[in-house]
Amino acid sequence: MVCPPFLLSLRKIWRSALIGGGVALLLALVGMVETFHSRSVINNVVSVGQVLFLFPVWYATYVSLRQMSEERKKVMIASFTAGIAGSLPLVLLLLIGAGINLRAMFVNASPALYKILTFGQNLWPGVLVLIVVNVLVTLTAGLLLQLSSRWQRALIQGFLWLFIAGLMRDLILTVTNRWGPLAGVVQFFFAANGLTPLGAVLLLAIVIGLAFWPRRQAESQPANSRARWIVLGSIALILLFLPQILGPFFSEILDNVMMYILMGLGLNIVVGYAGLLDLGYVAFFAIGAYTMGILTSPELNAHPLTYWQALPFAMVIAMISGVILGLPVLKLRGDYLAIVTLGFGEIVRLLVLSDWLRPWLGGTQGIQLIAQPKIGNLTLQSQVQLYYLFLAWVVVVVFIAWRLKDSRLGRSWMALREDEDVARAMGINHVTTKLLAFATGALFSGISGTIFAAKLTSVYPHSMNFLVSINVLALLILGGMGSIPGVFVGALVLIGAPELLREFAEYRYLVYGALLVAMMLYRPEGLWPEERRKLELHEEEFVESTSVAAETE
Amino acid sequence: MAILVIKDLTKRFGGLQALSKINLEIEKGSIHSIIGPNGAGKTTLFNCITGFYVPDEGDIIFDGRNIAGLPTDQIVRCGIARTYQNIRLFKNMTAIENILVGMHPHLRSGIIGGILRDPRTRKEEQEALQEARRLLQLVNLQGRGDTLAKNLPYGEQRRLEIARALASRPKLLLLDEPTAGMNPKETLEMMNFIRNLRNTLGITIVLIEHQMRMVMGISERITVLDFGEKIAEGTPKEIQSNPRVIEAYLGRGAASGLGVQAQPAA
Repeated sequence: MVCPPFLLSLRKIWRSALIGGGVALLLALVGMVETFHSRSVINNVVSVGQVLFLFPVWYATYVSLRQMSEERKKVMIASFTAGIAGSLPLVLLLLIGAGINLRAMFVNASPALYKILTFGQNLWPGVLVLIVVNVLVTLTAGLLLQLSSRWQRALIQGFLWLFIAGLMRDLILTVTNRWGPLAGVVQFFFAANGLTPLGAVLLLAIVIGLAFWPRRQAESQPANSRARWIVLGSIALILLFLPQILGPFFSEILDNVMMYILMGLGLNIVVGYAGLLDLGYVAFFAIGAYTMGILTSPELNAHPLTYWQALPFAMVIAMISGVILGLPVLKLRGDYLAIVTLGFGEIVRLLVLSDWLRPWLGGTQGIQLIAQPKIGNLTLQSQVQLYYLFLAWVVVVVFIAWRLKDSRLGRSWMALREDEDVARAMGINHVTTKLLAFATGALFSGISGTIFAAKLTSVYPHSMNFLVSINVLALLILGGMGSIPGVFVGALVLIGAPELLREFAEYRYLVYGALLVAMMLYRPEGLWPEERRKLELHEEEFVESTSVAAETE
Repeated sequence: MAILVIKDLTKRFGGLQALSKINLEIEKGSIHSIIGPNGAGKTTLFNCITGFYVPDEGDIIFDGRNIAGLPTDQIVRCGIARTYQNIRLFKNMTAIENILVGMHPHLRSGIIGGILRDPRTRKEEQEALQEARRLLQLVNLQGRGDTLAKNLPYGEQRRLEIARALASRPKLLLLDEPTAGMNPKETLEMMNFIRNLRNTLGITIVLIEHQMRMVMGISERITVLDFGEKIAEGTPKEIQSNPRVIEAYLGRGAASGLGVQAQPAA
């Protein structure tokens, strides 16, 4: 039997709508829908939880409809039926849940969840409402596709910002309340929970208006390098005043992000440049932090040093430990290297945890009273003050990483990454080259550890968790292996974003996993992939190569 | 004068005798081909010369120095460079970066120079870049320098690999099947290119080759390997009429038939 083409494309759309519904079901059963129901996007109108179980169906329908080239009427039919198909998984959940108690297996399949899914109705009217809402949602996807692509983009952007603003209400208000007269203007948009309906409409109008705002064409070629400097200058200014603008709560998050940026830049050299997969990277962070602790804490040390006196020791010891890890694994590649480094990370954690070394390393109780850095009479202790210490180190480390990338050593690292045998046949000494990568990576991580120790004035073995290594690696993959801006993007997304939304913390690794899978499927090169510098045709850049801009080209 | 002398070179892989007691002399400035059926040990010989394999017995004397068993990165510094049967470029680096990596032995800058980019390092890098551009031109790849190696078409990848080998300023260049997968026109171009290289740079070239037209057209001497043994050596003309070579390539029966016919001509 030959299917008519419309039926074929209908089946495709049903299938993706069903997948969307399946995602909605998953989000409901892991508890995200219920957790986020208490947060409103628009007060008393739409909750974040509702968005979570409706958006997957909408998105799946929209994407598959977009690939379909049918006339208007058929698109509308397709989107109508997609709504029914997409609601099926949740309808099924409701029907089964009404008869059987699913909580033995799915803890979150609670009456509260059913109430959210049925929009507060009883079972049968509730199921009907759920289907109708799904159909309405998918119909908007069909309608959206009737519009010009410019309108589509504007509307999507509008609703995206609407969602972000509603979700981030508390954070936005904490920041804007510091802004004096501007605070009132911002407050106007928000209700006690999420946006006010009027504010939502206004915000939507503003974003759409901005999308249609006539934009000047990009600057012509010659002005480019000046424009770049202006951009760089403003970024520098923003970075300098960020804590003042955002306040202490955000400074704390920024400190965390910067700590991971420092580690990310180090691991980027080891994994991104030199291709040495290191899963025990937290070891160097621990070594930096513990060296700082041992040398400066009066608990363990009769003659405690200051932060600055201990810093060079911590740096050197971190580098040496990098070499010590590097020596035995010189001949290992790929998976084997990963396993051995993972073991190394665990060894370090178990050593600091052990009773055997307790007199020197503090055991489970860790080390307290670690010195904080002093500049003159000023002790750097608040989040804001430490932000500047982090910032200074990030600037130094970015500079080093960026310079090394385009140096002879950087090329050797990359050659080793690409093909070790051939690289050696090109005269590259793989021993020193690999050890330099391990040492440099360990140094950056160790520096990060020293600030971490000084920030908390204490270190505990449980902070030196294997998950730290995984987080750093994940942020590299997300941002783009080998890419310096990618480290920043990756750290902001993976470390910064979850801190912003405490509700997410519970689902952090679920979101990580989904994000990484999606990245591998749709953007395996990362959010901000590494770009090779143009050397043949841009000679002048090499001469005046002090501009960081070459990176962002 | 011989630039490379190989004495009784033997390499075993478990029970397999990949090379047994190979003796070979390569004249300075010559183009010398190594031929033989599949599995004859040609690439193994290259791998022993360049240090990829450590020979079990025998000496490899290059320019008066025994290099047998030296690590690869030392051997390239002595002046031996090679290309690979299946192209092995640094795929995710640009063409010009590939060449710059090839120059590695001649550059000095280390980690400190790389970070600080002091005047000396900057000068060195600029000169290296100049030379890399010259090499790009030499292999006719100007304008492709900023393309990632993996994005270059096949023929250009072959030429880039040669440029990368030349970047180490070798005295001896080993080419492993430089015309593999090329059509007759490209093969002819490659042949002229290799001859030109020798004539302009004065280096010695050893090549493994399967296309007989190329081998006979370009080589000054030919060595034939079969099952890890050297079965013949001589000028193209001598090799063409050598019965053992014909036997190795075509089988015993064919060889005896051909031998009878070939004898009166010789």
